[in-house]
Amino acid sequence: MKPTRFIDLVPHIVLIVGVLIFAYPIYVTLIGSTWDSGTIGRGGLPLWPGGQGMVNYAQAWAGEAGERALYTPVRTMMLNSLVMALSIAVGKIAISILSAYAVAFFRFPLRMAFFWLIFITLMLPVEVRIIPTYKVVADLGLINTYAGLAIPLIASATATLLFRQFFLTIPDELLEAAKIDGAGPVRFFIDVVLPLSRTNIAALFVILFIYGWNQYLWPLLVTSSGDMETIVTGITKMIGTGESANDWHIIMATTVLAMLPPVAVVVLMQRWFVKGLVDSEK
Amino acid sequence: MATVEIRNVRKSYGPVEAIKGIDIAIQDGEFLVLLGPSGCGKSTLLRMVAGLEGITGGQIAIGGRVVNDLDPKDRDIAMVFQNYALYPHMTVFDNMAYGLKIRGIPKAEIRARVDKAANILELGRFLDRRPSQLSGGQRQRVAMGRAIVREPAAFLFDEPLSNLDAKLRTQMRVEIKRLQDRLGITSLYVTHDQVEAMTLADRILVMNHGVAEQIGTPLEVYQRPASLFVAGFIGSPPMNVLDGRIDDHGEVVLVPGGQRLPLPQPRPTDAGRPIKLGIRPEHLAVAAEGFSIEVELVEALGADTVVYGRLPDSETLLVRMAGIPTVRERDRLTVTPQDGALHLFDAVTGRRVE
Ligand SMILES: Nc1ncnc2c1ncn2[C@@H]1O[C@H](COP(=O)(O)OP(=O)(O)OP(=O)(O)O)[C@@H](O)[C@H]1O
Ligand SMILES: [Mg+2]
Repeated sequence: MKPTRFIDLVPHIVLIVGVLIFAYPIYVTLIGSTWDSGTIGRGGLPLWPGGQGMVNYAQAWAGEAGERALYTPVRTMMLNSLVMALSIAVGKIAISILSAYAVAFFRFPLRMAFFWLIFITLMLPVEVRIIPTYKVVADLGLINTYAGLAIPLIASATATLLFRQFFLTIPDELLEAAKIDGAGPVRFFIDVVLPLSRTNIAALFVILFIYGWNQYLWPLLVTSSGDMETIVTGITKMIGTGESANDWHIIMATTVLAMLPPVAVVVLMQRWFVKGLVDSEK
Repeated sequence: MATVEIRNVRKSYGPVEAIKGIDIAIQDGEFLVLLGPSGCGKSTLLRMVAGLEGITGGQIAIGGRVVNDLDPKDRDIAMVFQNYALYPHMTVFDNMAYGLKIRGIPKAEIRARVDKAANILELGRFLDRRPSQLSGGQRQRVAMGRAIVREPAAFLFDEPLSNLDAKLRTQMRVEIKRLQDRLGITSLYVTHDQVEAMTLADRILVMNHGVAEQIGTPLEVYQRPASLFVAGFIGSPPMNVLDGRIDDHGEVVLVPGGQRLPLPQPRPTDAGRPIKLGIRPEHLAVAAEGFSIEVELVEALGADTVVYGRLPDSETLLVRMAGIPTVRERDRLTVTPQDGALHLFDAVTGRRVE
């Protein structure tokens, strides 16, 4: 059975090499966050942990002045990012699932027109409509608010298509059985559609949370005060134009902290996923 | 418990008329089977009774109350679907209890009713399971349990057994029969399986292309089929149909090939009329004279044997004999119909000629 062995081996090697390539920068960041700025500044970052970890993280978290500049504390930026990412994920899921429910289960005039209208928003991500959106948000006085950060990003029902496709796989008989059992549209939605969509919702939540967390351009435009800074924009602002002026040890600690919530969401939701997959209920 | 009256009910999908005026009054506690080939409109009719499909014309009354404009939930019916339609994320208990919960029935009573139904259907052990953890037959029983706990005026079944294998189907058929005897709830049951129809029904409504070809007890439908369609649909193997002509005295039927078959009573008014002659395979028996056939194929079914014979004019004649085969292919055989086994149908309309 030599050939099979060999064939088994190749993908493993490819995967391991891939993991190493992806993991290396993260490793460097982790290590970097445990050395003092002097060591990093000299350009000879060792590949083993240093002793400054606690100090660096405490400094980044609380936002005490670095050696060269004053930053928004990570705890503030994390909170801002968290509020934005959660609002976007929850808001988008709520809007999408409701509109998909309408489009998939009800007959009403211009149903397909509405569906396409929703669908077209897929072609208009924030970057494309950023100037008119900025104008609207500014006129509404939402600059430097959570609403201003989140609402324009919620206002597209990109997940509608996904939910609609899933709803179309729910057999008509289930709806009819519910009708005979006496469930109206709202009850059917809450008692049957929502529980059946659990795994879809979990998957989307992961995707949308990370999408929201990683937003860069929009928060950059719509926030100007330090205490509305999100962590992704915050990190880039820490990196000055001239290399020597950067507190690399704090930047790296901040970066590591910025990675934690998305990682946590993926890990937590993954358990839901698997659970949903194991007791497959259809 | 209630009567169900269907009065000249019609259904159109755009220009297509799926149900072309059906009339039947189903008595309290009666088990009516809607039987017909695929696409004849059985489900459509049932779904109109359920309220899942609008009624284009006519009236449906359940328990004396016209329900045309009522929602399904207000019609006091329960339905069992072909693919069970159980809520996949709910336990067996919750599946059965859901309709009762919505109706605001007290918890203790829900518990009692579900337990009772589970008892009748032997589902007690499965109450905490999800549908995905049950076999097909068990799922179908849960679907019936969901109907029973509602204690409705009428049960509606749409081919509830057609997703089950043959053995289970027989078993469930018996169970449904027993259930019906015990609960005595008016039932409408859609099937295209004639055995289900014959064994379950108090009366059968045979449908074809949206019209009722015949309404009658299983034996009436078998013994006196109202049309060639019913004759061909009920009975297995199907009835033999030969072209014939009543002779000029109205006393015998002439069949091509020279056979003369005496009519039970003379019909002078029909003298010379062309006719379709139906004879059931089980009503043909070997005799000294009669149809002479050459055996083409012998099917031994164990309890009986079906012989495919060819008449001199090359038409096929099926004969069903009791027991194991006594003839072989290429044998010559003479068979004749038993007394009173001739069915006459109009050559043009296919309606039964009495
Ligand atoms: N929504 C619809 N739109 C148009 N035509 C329909 C619709 N539903 C059913 N029909 C037509 O009505 C006729 C009857 O359909 P129905 O489902 O009642 O048949 P059935 O007797 O139940 O057949 P089966 O045994 O295959 O279930 C069919 O010819 C079908 O094509
Ligand atoms: Mg059908």
